[in-house]
Amino acid sequence: MNINEIIEYLKAYDGPDIKMMEVCGTHTASIFKSGIRSLISPKIHLISGPGCPVCVTPTAYIDKCGEYALMDNHVLMTFGDMIKVPGTHGSLADLKGEGAHVEMMYSPFEAIEKAKANPDITYVLAAVGFETTTPAYALMIDKAEREGVKNIRLVTALKTIIPALQWICENEDGIDAFICPGHVSTIIGSKPYEALAEKYHKPFVVAGFEAEQILAVIYDIVRQLESGHEDVNNLYRNAVRDEGNIKAQEILARCFEAGPAMWRGLGVIPGSGHYLTGKYAEYDGGSMGLDADMELPASCRCGDVITGRITPGDCPMFGTGCTPLAPYGPCMVSAEGACGIWYRNR
Amino acid sequence: MKITMAHGSGGNASKELMGNIFGKYFKNDILDKLEDAAVLDVSGRIAMSTDSFVVTPLEFKGGNIGKLCVCGTVNDVLMMGAEPKYLTCGFIMEEGLDIDLLEKAVASMARQAEEAGVKIVAGDTKVVEGSGGLMINTTGIGVIPETRDVSAENCAPGDKIIVSGTLGDHHACILSARMEIENEIKSDCGCLKDITDALFGAGIDVHTMRDVTRGGMGTILNEIADSSRTMIELQEAAIPVSEEVKGFAGMLGLDPLYMANEGKMIAIVPGDQAEKALELMRATEHGANAAIIGEVKQLSCKKDNDMSGTDADAETKPVVHIKTPLGATRVLDVLYGEGLPRIC
Repeated sequence: MNINEIIEYLKAYDGPDIKMMEVCGTHTASIFKSGIRSLISPKIHLISGPGCPVCVTPTAYIDKCGEYALMDNHVLMTFGDMIKVPGTHGSLADLKGEGAHVEMMYSPFEAIEKAKANPDITYVLAAVGFETTTPAYALMIDKAEREGVKNIRLVTALKTIIPALQWICENEDGIDAFICPGHVSTIIGSKPYEALAEKYHKPFVVAGFEAEQILAVIYDIVRQLESGHEDVNNLYRNAVRDEGNIKAQEILARCFEAGPAMWRGLGVIPGSGHYLTGKYAEYDGGSMGLDADMELPASCRCGDVITGRITPGDCPMFGTGCTPLAPYGPCMVSAEGACGIWYRNR
Repeated sequence: MKITMAHGSGGNASKELMGNIFGKYFKNDILDKLEDAAVLDVSGRIAMSTDSFVVTPLEFKGGNIGKLCVCGTVNDVLMMGAEPKYLTCGFIMEEGLDIDLLEKAVASMARQAEEAGVKIVAGDTKVVEGSGGLMINTTGIGVIPETRDVSAENCAPGDKIIVSGTLGDHHACILSARMEIENEIKSDCGCLKDITDALFGAGIDVHTMRDVTRGGMGTILNEIADSSRTMIELQEAAIPVSEEVKGFAGMLGLDPLYMANEGKMIAIVPGDQAEKALELMRATEHGANAAIIGEVKQLSCKKDNDMSGTDADAETKPVVHIKTPLGATRVLDVLYGEGLPRIC
């Protein structure tokens, strides 16, 4: 089938309503950018999932990073997206304006050079991300350990996707299928989805990021549901192997162990966090126990958005109390966050 | 040799710097008089613009801060249909600035000014504490010939939108340098006078021009739609972006439509002159990859007495639409905040 035939099919679809969740924020961004939603039947609903690491980062974590940034002889290093996420006392960008030591990084490895050049300063990295990002932190910490660089700490909000998908399958019964994240799957492979597909009887299909690739996955899911299948399919074969990236998995296993993690809007999910372990544990800047979150006002519906209970536009704060320039929740901040994407394409 | 506080004292070191660097490269009949102020003979409508240039690193693939500070201000003056004439410059140098680097920047400024046909007629230097940085402010004026009337307000339904080349090059080049990513992406830093000369020389009735700098083309087209109360419709497939910039932007989660250039412009011209204008632009050095990317449309009118609220407002709001290669349409909004590289 060529792409036009796929679009024709999906446009003409008139069966039962289908809700499929694109787990990854990059998929959401691509879906909006290419206008896929306007090309398919209104009976096919695309729901944005919890796969944007910024969106699921709890307020308590931002506050912890802010504390480090305000300490003497400490510099907090963070990726761009995180800098605008609001904490209890403002975002890291706000704190920076007041004189806190916040630096934007482009790669975790910058910390090693800086730490060597300034041995009196402790470089604290806001380490946020899924399996895609985590190997870079593992490699950096491994290098720091080997080279005896001691003045680096990670405050981790590193998460794993499978326990979160399981949580959604257990707690949300409205989702019929999952569009699995492309980048994360390059690391973990497509095999880990098999147990979920079998247990919850839903198709899980790994997708690339081009519009045509996403449409092919939507088509595959619709056809599976129509014919009563619940398979794991990997339609991103040029990047994702069934067994994933073994080398990356090894370094992750060496540096990190699983533990409970707080997901903003969802709560604590057992086994969904990555924490430094063994000889690397001394580099941890207090990542455990950041599970007390600020009480969200009833009007902030981030949790409902990332589980697909409502669309961003249904949130009472959308576009009024929460905009990209004055975000209330992180889903509005990130380039990958569902609310920000909806707002920019409204 | 490095800049020290002594270079800002007004004494011997300042004098040496003036003679050896600025005096060596900046020479013309007005500046050479060494008066307290430049006296200029101009008449008619004048376009004037000022900009401060702060860029890290000071030298980059395709240019340096010197070339940038002349091109940036000259381009702004050109975009009003003016012939750029005079430029002033203010240097804020941090202690520790490498004097060779300063000389390179000043030499680039002189070369670029000559190419653009402008005279640097006044200048100032200051030295401040710091760590070797350099900031340059330039102000430029140009004279607008009587026959020209270029303004964002002038673009009208039926006009075509032409972009002079690939988007995002400067932004991607600077970010690559800061992130220490090796690639071949070169800044497009350059003066757009060859393009404007070609268009006006052939009598094209240019309605609107803008150079595509901070905020990127998405933001600029929204400003134009707003000023002219029109609707702009773009064809995504027609928008030129180099493969390298596309790959780099994709990796970082940035959109070339919101990335800065320093040598690209939008020209909005009457529909029946668009092909001619495109041909003229493509024949220039800076417009070789020009493309017609969309057109200006009528804003749908709000019905009388329609007080139903947001939906009706949305329809009449000046807006930029973009048609995707798959045939869908989406709204191209302005850039919100800063375009920051994402985490994953």
